[in-house]
Amino acid sequence: MDMNQYLDMFIEESKEHLQAINANLLVLENDPESTQIVNEIFRSAHTLKGMSATMGFEDMASLTHEAENVLDLIRNDKLKINSDIMDVIFQSVDLIEGMVMNIMEGGDGSADVSQPVAKLRAIVSGDFSAIANVAAQEATASVEQVAAGGSEDGNREYDLDEFSLTVLKQSKEAGNNLFWIKVTLQENCLLKAARAYMVFDQLESMGEVIKSTPAVEDLENERFDLSFEVVFVTMEPLEKVKKAISNISEIEEVLVEPVEMKEAGKQAKQAEQQVAAAAAAPAEVKKAEGPAQNNTAVKKVTAGGKTIRVDIERLDVLMNLFSELVIDRGRLEQLARELGKSELQETVEHMSRISGDLQNIILTMRMVPVEQVFNRFPRMIRDLAKDLNKKVNLEIYGAETELDRTVIDEIGDPLVHLLRNSLDHGVESPAQRKQAGKPEEGTIQLRAFHSGNHVFIEVKDDGAGINKDKVLKKAIERGIVNPANADSLSDRQIFELLFSSGFSTAEVISDISGRGVGLDVVKTKIESLGGNVSVDSVRGQGTTFLIQLPLTLSIISAMLVQVQNEKYAVPLSSIIETAVFRKDQIMMAHRQKVIDFRGRVVPLVSLQEIFQIPDNGADKDDEVAVVIVRKGEKMAGLVVDSFIGQQEIVLKSLGKYLVNVFAISGATILGDGQVALIIDCNALIK
Amino acid sequence: MLEQKEIIGEVKVIVFRLKDEEYGVDVNQVKSIEKLEHITRVPRTPAFVKGVINLRGVVTPIIDLRNRFSLEETAYTESTRIIIVAVGELEVGLIVDAANDVIDIPVNAIEPPPEVVGGVEAAYLRGVAKLEKRLLILLNLDKVLSNEEIKQLDSFEG
Repeated sequence: MDMNQYLDMFIEESKEHLQAINANLLVLENDPESTQIVNEIFRSAHTLKGMSATMGFEDMASLTHEAENVLDLIRNDKLKINSDIMDVIFQSVDLIEGMVMNIMEGGDGSADVSQPVAKLRAIVSGDFSAIANVAAQEATASVEQVAAGGSEDGNREYDLDEFSLTVLKQSKEAGNNLFWIKVTLQENCLLKAARAYMVFDQLESMGEVIKSTPAVEDLENERFDLSFEVVFVTMEPLEKVKKAISNISEIEEVLVEPVEMKEAGKQAKQAEQQVAAAAAAPAEVKKAEGPAQNNTAVKKVTAGGKTIRVDIERLDVLMNLFSELVIDRGRLEQLARELGKSELQETVEHMSRISGDLQNIILTMRMVPVEQVFNRFPRMIRDLAKDLNKKVNLEIYGAETELDRTVIDEIGDPLVHLLRNSLDHGVESPAQRKQAGKPEEGTIQLRAFHSGNHVFIEVKDDGAGINKDKVLKKAIERGIVNPANADSLSDRQIFELLFSSGFSTAEVISDISGRGVGLDVVKTKIESLGGNVSVDSVRGQGTTFLIQLPLTLSIISAMLVQVQNEKYAVPLSSIIETAVFRKDQIMMAHRQKVIDFRGRVVPLVSLQEIFQIPDNGADKDDEVAVVIVRKGEKMAGLVVDSFIGQQEIVLKSLGKYLVNVFAISGATILGDGQVALIIDCNALIK
Repeated sequence: MLEQKEIIGEVKVIVFRLKDEEYGVDVNQVKSIEKLEHITRVPRTPAFVKGVINLRGVVTPIIDLRNRFSLEETAYTESTRIIIVAVGELEVGLIVDAANDVIDIPVNAIEPPPEVVGGVEAAYLRGVAKLEKRLLILLNLDKVLSNEEIKQLDSFEG
């Protein structure tokens, strides 16, 4: 069977399960008595094992198998959780994660699992009674038997059965009856498949068929001799079940036996059945595998609400198509205005409204909750805190806040960096905290929220805060700051130094955050996403990093301006306001034209000069139109001829030929079909 | 069809005119031929980069081939065309005086480029094809579209 088509699904689902395991393990650590949580973890581990075995990732399967054994003991109260066991399980989960990553990158997912496997085994044998041990051995023995019994698929088959076993056990606990039923059809039966169908129909009206041998598909295709076996869960008594089936015509014999829930005995029995089945029809067993797996997958999707998985590329295509529409919308609006025919204008207006709604929907379709990124942090913080011997509590707020998928994919690493930074440099050791009169356990808050067209993510710790003098000293040492200017720097400016390249304040280069890459990487990354990051800190009380991100990367609001005969777009996100000044209000400072804007001296940048725009010879007014833009705390005034207006524009790249054009971040297509360049204000502010 | 051509050994080229010379580019590298439309100037780029156009929703850079080959520039006319070519990941429009023919050239009619042809440096040429009464200069688009110069410009500015 070609596995490639299932590989994506496998990877996606593995990641989901690993995530679920990680989250649940953390819950379990705080609430070790909760059997429900253990059950959840067990189920995820079990599914993982089944999937990995089916896909032929043996190492992963064997490791999950061992982990599952341990979990099984825990959930049956035969083993008490302690932190050693937790650590071993966490390690195993990490290893599995590594394997999934390896598979994702095209590897075969193999890894040395002998050590964790040995540890897990030690846990199982060390704390578990001898009887159980024997039982376990028997079970393993029976598995081997199956494997020897015929095909490579023995392993998988066993997996499936253990899954059924779990279900069976659960239903038994819920007070259901478990039956093993063997139905034999009459020899002269003509439509065997139809009869089998009727039997199943009857059974399903009374309960649930856990497993059938041969598989349902084979039964439907009449690929069986005269008899088939099912494992059945029902609330009804044995007699009733037997009678119901016997009532169907052309049935020769019905055998119904209650299934014993003794672990070893049952497994052995199941194994026997399998051996029989495998020996009788190895090919059939093999075929049964795929559909059975698919069924569970389908079930899960439907259970998870009315959602479907859509390839992100399709959404990208949809977005591109819609961008075309936005351009045409602009063109239509312009035409309608020019023609001034009211009917046309009404229609165009209506279309604009609808396409506006459409735009919202398409944009929200690409939105995913930041939870996807956030939910791997609790685990990370836990491990780091352990390594650093610190006590830290991570509080997450606003995990439901949504961001564009492309942003989500990119934001993980910078956040990891900031969190590590907070934990390593921010939060003090318990002893230091006690001394400072703070609770021993530090708190890191990770908060996401919407504001206007932006999403903000805040990483806040209640640690020692930034030591300004140390930062300044370091900056001077590294030559980032001129000692002469050092005194004149504001607090904020000093904090900003943390983001300059080649800066790291940790005195000891630690494994956690001092890896030679500093906060400058975080800043660059976030700016490349069209966002920015700032830091604020109060000595002794903590530090806050604030990341501002655009909601989406493909359609932005911009102000269109005219300079001579050329049109440019300035992203609204960097505009503070627009203003008109008289010529005599312009002053000179250091051969630089400046204006007084609300009490601040703001340098003027002439777009005509910077962009070498040819003069069109039009008369000059006494007034200049200025767009005040900002980059962080700094401001500049872009001198233009006139403001055209605000518009939603679609970002387009200039292509691969024109790279790194100065102060131009891209282009957009205007309503009249012409291209307008988008100004990169960051490049214009020094 | 294609195989037959291979056997005879012909290349199909789009013929265009620059000044008084005729040039050819492999038809496989040509995406379309457009009439001149509004070009948006991109500031601080080399002089031969005329700007960008909206090519059915794709922002496409435009190069003036006369300027690229250091021929004197003239005003654009009715016959001026933009040939959109694609080489690898690059998609660029070339402004030419006229584009009006597609012809098959037997491979054996192509000769290696002489040192200087019409002032165009040999590096930009793939060869010269002699056809009855015409002389056709075949361009090496990889070289013509090399954006080394643009990258160099950056490093000066940066």
